[in-house]
Amino acid sequence: MSTQELIPATDFCISHNIDITFIQSLHDYGLIEVTTIEQSSFVHTEQLPQLEQFIRLHYDLDINLAGIDAISNLLQRVEQMQNEIRMLKNRLRDDM
Amino acid sequence: MEFIDYYRILGVEKTASADDIKKAYRKLARKYHPDLNPNDKEANKKFQQINEANEVLSDPEKRKKYDQYGKDWQHAEQFEQAKQQQQHYQHSPGGGREEFFTGDFGNGDFSDFFESLFGGARGSSGQRSKAKFRGEDYQAELQIPLSEAAKTHQQTFTINGKSIRITVPAGIENDQKIKLKGHGGPGINGGPAGDLYITFTIVNNTPFKRKGDDLYITTDLDLYTAILGGEVTVDTLDGKVKLQIKPYTQNNSTIRLKGKGFPVYKQEGQHGDLYITWQVKLPTNLSEKEKALFTELAALSKSHNS
Repeated sequence: MSTQELIPATDFCISHNIDITFIQSLHDYGLIEVTTIEQSSFVHTEQLPQLEQFIRLHYDLDINLAGIDAISNLLQRVEQMQNEIRMLKNRLRDDM
Repeated sequence: MEFIDYYRILGVEKTASADDIKKAYRKLARKYHPDLNPNDKEANKKFQQINEANEVLSDPEKRKKYDQYGKDWQHAEQFEQAKQQQQHYQHSPGGGREEFFTGDFGNGDFSDFFESLFGGARGSSGQRSKAKFRGEDYQAELQIPLSEAAKTHQQTFTINGKSIRITVPAGIENDQKIKLKGHGGPGINGGPAGDLYITFTIVNNTPFKRKGDDLYITTDLDLYTAILGGEVTVDTLDGKVKLQIKPYTQNNSTIRLKGKGFPVYKQEGQHGDLYITWQVKLPTNLSEKEKALFTELAALSKSHNS
């Protein structure tokens, strides 16, 4: 992974006004990847949408890390099921 | 424009404390938050209402104003500003119709009632819905005919004044989403831009039915060719093909033309199959001579089978 795809965790946290320990906790739960280069933590650009979702779940909805972990698993299943439903619906469409 | 009962939306009494309101909001937000209801437009709408109610009731000043005008809110009409909602419509040369709406958090569209009372001034009462680092994701819809979905093709359209050309791979499915990285809203404080998601609606403009990668069609076959065999020309998605019909082809029998179906998404050169069901057409009026011959045939058939 090139460094261009890494974002300094501190920049991200300042922008979101959150504590860096939250990023560390998400990492400890195996929810996001954190790369350490010369004692600085970096988050991955491609994981930003998920990371920002976790922030909303925690800070807006008061959901703790265990809850976020469970929700994250369920959301993956929801997504799989929605894809399956989409394909099944398309098969059932009369005009298709 | 109708009066909106924000207390009712949050399910709290008019005398509710700030803490009650916060609790009620959080409880409802946990139920309808877009993060927890992916691709659910109804939930998204509901969440907007909850957000709006919270925006008003959690802000002491707005709540006071709302309570004041709430009784006789028509007077608030004088505050009304005809504020054009930001809308983005584009036109594509491909003839597709697109609808465009930004954001997946529904914080952009507060009601006219809200706008008339507060003039569109919004605080940030605990909402994190606006971009804080990575730009907003945009959602767009694009309608394309089935015949075009069968070809890898380019579509050009305009988003916020910027012209974007995309390549739509052949074999895209109805309701499928394509992500265009970095074409969403701009990032903040050095964050990357959001993404643009395009949902494709495919309209069937062909006589074929599509089931996954396979195509189905029912084709007429005249009686004599069905019985005696022969050659017919049939339509496929990419032109006509000649087919040999076996003698004694039965009504409603199906043949499969391998590789003549729909292209498989992102598997270049691969296609599904085309299934043709024969519908044998019986004559509806016969000349005297034909009738005589059929009568003879009937008699022959009787003696043949007895």
